[in-house]
Amino acid sequence: MGRKITIEPVTRVEGHGKVTIQLDPQGQVTDTRFHIVEFRGFERFVQGRPYWEAPVLVQRLCGICPVSHHLAAAKAMDVIVGAGTGDGLTPTAEKMRRLMHYGQMFQSHALHFFHLVSPDLLFGIDADPAIRNVIGVAIHHRDLAVQGVMMRKFGQEIIRATAGKKIHGTGAVPGGINKCLTPGERDEFLNGADPLNTAKMIEWAQGALDFFKGYHKKNAAFIDSFAVFPSSHLSLVRRDGALDLYHGVLRAVDSGGKKILDDVDYQDYLKYIGEEVRSWSYMKFPYLRSLGKAGGWYTVGPLARLNTCDFIPSPLAQKEFEEYRAYTKGKPNHMSMHMHWARLIELLHSAEMIEELLNDADLLKNDLLVKGSRRSEGVGLIEAPRGTLFHHYRVNENDQIVMANLIVSTTNNNEPMNRAVNYVAKERLNGQKEISEGMLNAVEVAIRCYDPCLSCATHALGHMPLEVTLIDAEGATLHVRHK
Amino acid sequence: MSEMKFTIDGKECAAKAGQTIVEAARDNGVYIPTLCHYEGIKPAGACRICTVRVGGRNMAACTTPVTNGMIVENQTPELEDMRKSIIEMLFVEGNHMCPVCEKSGNCELQALAYRYTMLAPRFPYLWPKRGVDASIPKLYKDGNRCIQCLRCVRGVRAADGRKVFGLVNRGGHVRIGHDAELANALGDEEAQRAMDLCPVGALIRKGVGYAVPIGKRKYDGAPIGGELERA
Repeated sequence: MGRKITIEPVTRVEGHGKVTIQLDPQGQVTDTRFHIVEFRGFERFVQGRPYWEAPVLVQRLCGICPVSHHLAAAKAMDVIVGAGTGDGLTPTAEKMRRLMHYGQMFQSHALHFFHLVSPDLLFGIDADPAIRNVIGVAIHHRDLAVQGVMMRKFGQEIIRATAGKKIHGTGAVPGGINKCLTPGERDEFLNGADPLNTAKMIEWAQGALDFFKGYHKKNAAFIDSFAVFPSSHLSLVRRDGALDLYHGVLRAVDSGGKKILDDVDYQDYLKYIGEEVRSWSYMKFPYLRSLGKAGGWYTVGPLARLNTCDFIPSPLAQKEFEEYRAYTKGKPNHMSMHMHWARLIELLHSAEMIEELLNDADLLKNDLLVKGSRRSEGVGLIEAPRGTLFHHYRVNENDQIVMANLIVSTTNNNEPMNRAVNYVAKERLNGQKEISEGMLNAVEVAIRCYDPCLSCATHALGHMPLEVTLIDAEGATLHVRHK
Repeated sequence: MSEMKFTIDGKECAAKAGQTIVEAARDNGVYIPTLCHYEGIKPAGACRICTVRVGGRNMAACTTPVTNGMIVENQTPELEDMRKSIIEMLFVEGNHMCPVCEKSGNCELQALAYRYTMLAPRFPYLWPKRGVDASIPKLYKDGNRCIQCLRCVRGVRAADGRKVFGLVNRGGHVRIGHDAELANALGDEEAQRAMDLCPVGALIRKGVGYAVPIGKRKYDGAPIGGELERA
């Protein structure tokens, strides 16, 4: 008789999810599913609220990357108040928001690599779970653990200085920002006592990259063959093709690197992207309309961004990018574990951008807001740490939100994560007489590559039927009831 | 008699004729919490947060005039706990989502909850179904946050003195309604004044949210009443 293995909860990810793996009587994997088991209702209960509340309200989706939601909603509301579609803000407002965003990217990437991923690399994916965790890292690799904590702190302090609070601030308002930086704040970030200054953060980001590359050199067979499967990739890029995490145009490439979308204004995203609902997950499945539901799925996040962009506009990260790109001979990279490599290049880029912005006098100016002709609909996109984040709102003549649609980064990665789970389950579990904890952790390692934020990603209410299946002792289905 | 002597918790205080206990206490550097009271508009004694004990009886300090030789009890454990319970009742009786409310940091109810270290209310939440009214051109009216202090009813008036806001329904169903014609005529300045009058986030000026950054808001630096106690 076949059996079902359930991994619940999936650990060292944001939010709650579970994996089910179906085995046939011979122990072969027949089906796998990565379920999102919690539900959020933000798209519904933001309705009726005044539009300027959205950036503050919707960021409550998450405590790890609220800045991404805060800024994506603010960008959508910029459109509503007639402040342009990303390029109409004052230099101070745009640069303060960028600084906030790079601070966010820096702390989130540091959190993911040092706290969530490093235990798998330092101790091995089949090591004793009692030490294969962040406490184990703190005990056995103290310097690395301290770096992770302090890098996260630095990013959080940048967020506090720009948004007012480390978590759930109010800095970005429709049409701009509500504060500029003070010279004291700027100097503290540039010249603060070690380690909390930009020079040390750049040094440590490079150190993290060196650590990963050293690990890669010794473990190339594992890193280069774990959950490798072809995928399309999507992200924002700057109009000239540069990596830009705050603003740009949509670009998508297929598994061979051919552009599927390019130079697309994201206000028109609905023309290009659809969302499918499946019965077994609260998370929707987005797809590129031109390729259809079956073949239109795509990957977002660090791997996708470094597959779509042409270059990185900061010198140290660009040098790393060239080495990274050369590894796949300029072709798109489909190796799931290389997401960590790409993420660390972005960590370095974020640190460089923070330093560049802090040296920009515009941050200290007081020209914070612009407004123009009111519009009734706006879309805001941003490259969140986990990938492209879509916020879309309609507002009535009384300033109330009447429609909200969010496609969260992790939602974009729904299909690739399911494929990664399937790939690893088949590779590690097929035909095994005994299923070890390490084998199941390998499945989680595949999910962790994507740094999913499951709490953000659940949006299918009203679309997803509830299905209850009654199964007898032999596993035969007796009755199925739909609600 | 132009000046009267009285005591608050044993402290010798002076009051001008006609002053209420709240007004005189403020002049003598003593903080008595208020919520429905607003300087310049007629007191209503609606919220009872200012309750003090005079001659063995509970009195609303915002409506009770000082008399010569009056002995006022203010910061007794019983009174402080009763005030805290009123704050808790106001929280459970509405839908107060401080984390996303733009009045957060400037909200008197929230500031009082902090001052009285309200952690979890002792009463069950009622989760009332209350609507929002966004039809006034310059104001967003959110019934979820209204504590029916009547400040807007008493203080927001048209140029000819007519009231813009008023009570509708009775008892537990009472709500703040408005005269559509007068409310629609409110300009930016009057809308700002209405928002400033409202101690919570029930009246919000349209289109200008979260303008003051965190750290610069009214109660970010010190608890409500702190300026009086420090002086």
